[in-house]
Amino acid sequence: MKELFCDIAVIGAGAAGLSAAHAAASCGASTAVIDREEAPGGVLLQCIHNGFGLHYFREELTGPEYAERMALQVRKAQVKMLSGHTAISITPCGEEHELILYSGKTGVTRLHAGAVILATGCRERTRANIAVPGDRPAGVFTAGLAQKLVNMEGVAPGKRAVIVGSGDIGLIMARRLTWSGIEVARVVEIQPYPSGLARNIAQCLDDFGIRLDLATRITGIYGRDRVESVTLSPLSDPGKTEKIHCDTVLFSVGLIPENELARKCGVRLHPVTGGAVTDSAHMTSVPGIFACGNALHVHDLADYASAEGALCGKSAVDFLRGERAPADIPVEAGLNLRYTAPCGCRPGVPNRFYMRPAKVLNNAVFRAVQGNTVLKTQRLQAARPAEMLTMEITVNDPAAGVIRFELEGEEA
Amino acid sequence: MAEMQHVAIVGGGATGAALAYFLSLREVKVTILEAKTDVGFGVSKANSGIVHGGFHLPVSTLEGKLELQGNQAFKKLAQELHFPYNRCGIIMAAFSQEELAIVEGFYRRGVENRVPGMEWCSPERLRELEPGLADGVLGGLLAPDGGVVEPYGYVFSLCSQARRNGAEILTDFRVEKARFADGKWHISASDGRSCTADYVVNAAGLYADKVSAVFGGESFSILPRKGDEYLLDKTVPYRPGHVIFPVPTEHSKGVLVIPTAGGTTMVGPTARMTEDKEDTSTTAQDREEIFKIAQKMIPAVSQRDIIASFCGLRPVLQNWTGKFMLQISAKAPALIQAAGIQSPGLTASPAIAEYLIGLLEKAGLNAPCKKEVAPLPEYAKPLREMTPEEADLKFQEDPAWTKIVCRCEMVSEAEIVRAVRMGHTTLDGVKFFTRAGMGRCQAGFCTARILQIIARETGKTVQEITKRGGASRITAENEVAK
Repeated sequence: MKELFCDIAVIGAGAAGLSAAHAAASCGASTAVIDREEAPGGVLLQCIHNGFGLHYFREELTGPEYAERMALQVRKAQVKMLSGHTAISITPCGEEHELILYSGKTGVTRLHAGAVILATGCRERTRANIAVPGDRPAGVFTAGLAQKLVNMEGVAPGKRAVIVGSGDIGLIMARRLTWSGIEVARVVEIQPYPSGLARNIAQCLDDFGIRLDLATRITGIYGRDRVESVTLSPLSDPGKTEKIHCDTVLFSVGLIPENELARKCGVRLHPVTGGAVTDSAHMTSVPGIFACGNALHVHDLADYASAEGALCGKSAVDFLRGERAPADIPVEAGLNLRYTAPCGCRPGVPNRFYMRPAKVLNNAVFRAVQGNTVLKTQRLQAARPAEMLTMEITVNDPAAGVIRFELEGEEA
Repeated sequence: MAEMQHVAIVGGGATGAALAYFLSLREVKVTILEAKTDVGFGVSKANSGIVHGGFHLPVSTLEGKLELQGNQAFKKLAQELHFPYNRCGIIMAAFSQEELAIVEGFYRRGVENRVPGMEWCSPERLRELEPGLADGVLGGLLAPDGGVVEPYGYVFSLCSQARRNGAEILTDFRVEKARFADGKWHISASDGRSCTADYVVNAAGLYADKVSAVFGGESFSILPRKGDEYLLDKTVPYRPGHVIFPVPTEHSKGVLVIPTAGGTTMVGPTARMTEDKEDTSTTAQDREEIFKIAQKMIPAVSQRDIIASFCGLRPVLQNWTGKFMLQISAKAPALIQAAGIQSPGLTASPAIAEYLIGLLEKAGLNAPCKKEVAPLPEYAKPLREMTPEEADLKFQEDPAWTKIVCRCEMVSEAEIVRAVRMGHTTLDGVKFFTRAGMGRCQAGFCTARILQIIARETGKTVQEITKRGGASRITAENEVAK
């Protein structure tokens, strides 16, 4: 068994992990990135569409281009890239952490790290998670798996598809399938509003004349060997059933932060996001273990995950240098907001928070409040669950108590 | 020395596989004719996987006697063949005075049946055994020799050891015609393959009625009784330590909460008759019903934790007293019927196999025990059970051992390759053999890799690979422009 040592071990080489590693290495920490796949980039590599990088690189890139830029930065910063390595466990060991890595190239490695950054991304919710009844034929995929098959393996998942859920991957796949000569018969969404970004609704459905049925439920999948049909029912009239013939069903019904390693090493998880509970430094409940990107909470854009990763990478270095910030001011999600990340605010410096609306609200007011004091207000034409909200605040008075974010507006 | 007699077993489920294994220890040629693409892919793959405790039926019935014998055989078989099996014990709990009287009846039956270790439990004792039981439990029984088995793992292990002892397994072999001439059965499949045999055992599960007709045997009808089951994530807030039984209903043993041999929790099954032998659909109403019943016993059980659902079919003989039909055919020569093997058929299968061998001998089969049989298999320890040090040693043998393909269930490429080389060339076959794709992501991450490995090992294209044989192709035939 090999032994390796580093200051900071980042698990996951996606948009968040690479950025965290780059930030940590740029601060002078010896940094290693552990990733299961043969090449860095994570899920970016199968996202061959453009729209990446507008915030982070200030230009429009495809997923693989974005990954390549990130990987290049990381290489230049002398980060040790452990591709094809799966982290099996993290064990706190005195002041440091011991990671066990499995690799088909090098066998088993014990990696000793001063701090660990979890950037393990997320997984897709499946048919089972929304308990769709019916048969269990071939031809049922998560949207991300279908994307991998089409973009990485060059195989078509089927000939005529129904897409369940209007998450961004599902929308992107509606367009991708259409371009590949696979007919998209329908996209159905159980909510009365789309789950994906407005730009994806326009560019991936509207531009191709693909029909989106909102407030509609899939009530069954049928077919013995391969999918033959699905049944749909509008929420407003559950007795009404429409049968659509298709041989493929894609599920794009939400993402869940991947936190198996975190769970196993005792990291406290957030009941709403499924990611870790983190303080203003993105540190979890286990000292020296940090979290960022989609492993922490699901982001709309890779750029945001990278921005969060960069902050996290720097905080991990500060931690290793023994810098201890004053105690956080607790932060909570108030009216019409589902959560905030992180869950604490460091006094006296700017802190950036991400959160997600619980419903669609027009002419909305988005504000941060501490006690009876409104710290900051933003006006929004509309707030949607599909679009993350972010606010940067600086709070100087810890004694004034909990900071609460709120969202008010007209119900759509 | 006379040529060995030949027994053809129609159906490679738990019954056929157990029979093939025990026959393979004797001087007889054995062939399994399996209609599906892999063994165990019919009735056997989709059930509760319970090794029953021997208290449900009087030992004076055939089913009751075979259940009890089968239960006792499982311990030794699992040690010898290493399939996933856990003798975790069975609890049947009562939540009303009415139920209490019924459970007491089963307890007495267990004692009469001489079930080893049968125990009557006070509410306090039950709570000590199973802290997650609902409030208001009034008492119950514990059958410590009851347990769980991974049914497909069991069938695979039996078949693979039978094969090492010379048995032959023909898959995708749908028996279409059979003719008895010159003292032998001449059997042909729908694809033109053929097989001759001195004796035929009809262990064709749901299709035993059709197979009997092909051989000119007894005329009977088998209808499926559906059983929906729900698998829960390994991270459930409470996983029982025993199989939890309710008071049974008229047609079934009711909805159970099961700590599966694979480490998940399962709730189910339903018991709904259908006419259609391929109807494995689940319904939302039955899901609600299952969880309602399960939550009455274990309140922590929740639909939130569902990672997979499926429906199994029990082959129910119509107009037949008892459940099993185990007999020498009175109509066709050299034909043994093993039909209607529903619950407790899985538990009873080792005993059913011995019983069938008795019938074969009665019908004239001469099958003395082999003087030498293949050595028992060594335990193929899965990667998920290894320490990092052990994994590193396996890496020295084959680097694919530390190449993780399925992250949820921690399955290595070496284990997938082994499954394919042992003949499990469908996605479901690989899944049942290795657990790859059975975890919480339901193969979202590993499907593409597993398809590549199957394609590489079999020389097929990805487009040719199926979920479970037949027309269940994973992808369309055409490629996408890269």
